Amino acid sequence: MFRALQFTFGAAIVIFLLMPIFAILPLAFTSSVFLNYPIPAYSMRWLHELTTADVWRTSIVNSLIIGGGATVFATVLGTLASLGMRKGALPMVGLLRTLFLLPMVVPAVVLGVGMQIFLVRLGLASTYLGVIIAHAVLCIPFVIVSVSAALQGIDPSIERAASSLGAPPVTVFRRVTLPLAVPGVVSGAIFAFATSLDEVVLTLFVAGPNQRTLARQMFSSIRENINPTVAAAALLLIIGTLCLGGLAALLRWRQKRSALKTAPSAI
Amino acid sequence: MKAAILRERSGALLLVSPVLVFMAVFFLWPLWAMVTAAFVDDAVSKVLPRTAAIIVSWDGQGIPSEAAQKAFVQDLTAATDEQALGEAVRRLNSAASGFRTLLGRTIPAVKAASEPAQVDLLTVDPRWKDTRFWVALKEAMPPYTDRNILAAVDMKRDGSGSIVLEGADASAHRLIMLRTLLVAAMVTIACAAIGLPYAMLAASLTGWKRSVLLLAVVLPLWTSLLVRTAAWFILLQNEGLINRALQAIGLIDSPLPLIFNRLGVVIAMTHVLLPFMVLPIYSVILGIPGNLMSAAQSMGAGPVRAFWRVLLPLSLPGLLSGSLLVFMVAIGYYITPALLGGANDQMISSVIAFYATGTANWGLAGALGLILLVVTTMLYTIYGRFSTSSRLPGA
Repeated sequence: MFRALQFTFGAAIVIFLLMPIFAILPLAFTSSVFLNYPIPAYSMRWLHELTTADVWRTSIVNSLIIGGGATVFATVLGTLASLGMRKGALPMVGLLRTLFLLPMVVPAVVLGVGMQIFLVRLGLASTYLGVIIAHAVLCIPFVIVSVSAALQGIDPSIERAASSLGAPPVTVFRRVTLPLAVPGVVSGAIFAFATSLDEVVLTLFVAGPNQRTLARQMFSSIRENINPTVAAAALLLIIGTLCLGGLAALLRWRQKRSALKTAPSAI
Repeated sequence: MKAAILRERSGALLLVSPVLVFMAVFFLWPLWAMVTAAFVDDAVSKVLPRTAAIIVSWDGQGIPSEAAQKAFVQDLTAATDEQALGEAVRRLNSAASGFRTLLGRTIPAVKAASEPAQVDLLTVDPRWKDTRFWVALKEAMPPYTDRNILAAVDMKRDGSGSIVLEGADASAHRLIMLRTLLVAAMVTIACAAIGLPYAMLAASLTGWKRSVLLLAVVLPLWTSLLVRTAAWFILLQNEGLINRALQAIGLIDSPLPLIFNRLGVVIAMTHVLLPFMVLPIYSVILGIPGNLMSAAQSMGAGPVRAFWRVLLPLSLPGLLSGSLLVFMVAIGYYITPALLGGANDQMISSVIAFYATGTANWGLAGALGLILLVVTTMLYTIYGRFSTSSRLPGA
């Protein structure tokens, strides 16, 4: 009896969690103009619309430009910062770390208002650079978390071994530390890109009509006239994030395996 | 030795400084810009500095002295920055309606005059005899204001300068704040009610069953928020899957209103925030030694008693940090209420967005944003105390 109850509860919540994602996907292939079940016939018209209609195609291109730019900014800055905070040589490292993670906590609307006022003053409002910078602020915490975790996983004795064998610090860094940190950097970059891809609120505040991203376009479409293009865009985003997520998981798995390999005593 | 430490420290500083500068300029400064927007009110005094210096000593009776009027004319003649002048006019017009047309006539007249010092305002436009405009001008002069922050909590200063409640019909910021807290609390309770047993169940299972339960939590985290919101739109609408299913099995005759109301917002937000509840509780339960439950049972406690006295108290820290996290994220939510809620479900973020992007009233947007920022920071500080790591799950 208790077991049955457990099973029912677990299954119900799993369905609750997963149903929305699976419910939206088939609608990308509907032939109807309504974003609704039942599906009268399957067709590619909405995927076609997504890739040919000007607003949607531009928004996909914009998402890639802005996501790429923000990822580069965030990955470079976040990786440098993680390396700097690694050894604990700096005073108040805890405070710094909290500051760098704050963009995850501050409500997006609050940051959006501030960014809007600030970027207007700088003359960067409604420019690609402005949107890229705004997104990078949100992406940096994800890079720092990921790279810091990777750096923490490096056994310091490996680096000590390298320098005791006569390698100068630069060589130790280039040949030992960096290769071991690369999976963390790459998965940080993936997180950063995914964050930028999904960002709507800041974009609403700082982007002009020319910087409309895919997520922003989906937002207006749901708000103004929802049609199956939204489902097609959702399919694209899900496939995109699943690929990115799979890549990140693969990297994490390889990192774990190589960590085990380099420290056989831990097994 | 000391030199080595110093070198290491300066190296570390060199690595951290780019991000530090970037965050200071593009994160802290914008937040500061938002806060100052709420309190700075120098649009008028910047354009009319001479008037500002003289008019403060005016007693507010009749019209100001000849000298003040001369200074005003002089300021208007000297004002060449069209944008700044436009902002000043907008600010004055919001204080006293009609100011825009009054200045619209006065400014060209003053600028066209060959001898600006000789211009008599009262002949340019007789409306300058109206004390109302001069009072508005005087009151717009102090460079700092508490007008916005008072308006954010439905208060204002009356004629004598004391703080009073705004009329009930004026605006409803308090109501919206209350609603924000209410919706966030409902979502938190729903997440706790589902998340606690779910996390316990996941922790008690092994093998593929546990993997399925955990995957179901992580997969939505990896899915775009827009996708999830659009998906709930599809499920909840009147001809949506849920209403159709309920109608098909004969539970209801006409569609239940599930969208554009509070219920829809709470359901979708619970779905989005549930992982933030499950993951902290799950990690806390995993840390509880497994033999504690068997020890309790071996000492004669029934399964219910062992659960009630051992497992539940030990999972409370997870429940607490999960609840704080969900509540903290929920009060700042914008997208889900904006897309799935009705006019009466809009939360504080929507109001802030409305003032900032809809009416360009950055002062009021800044004041409301400051309140939201302070509340969130307080919650985050408490969360940092309770949870062992300040890292957010899913990050």
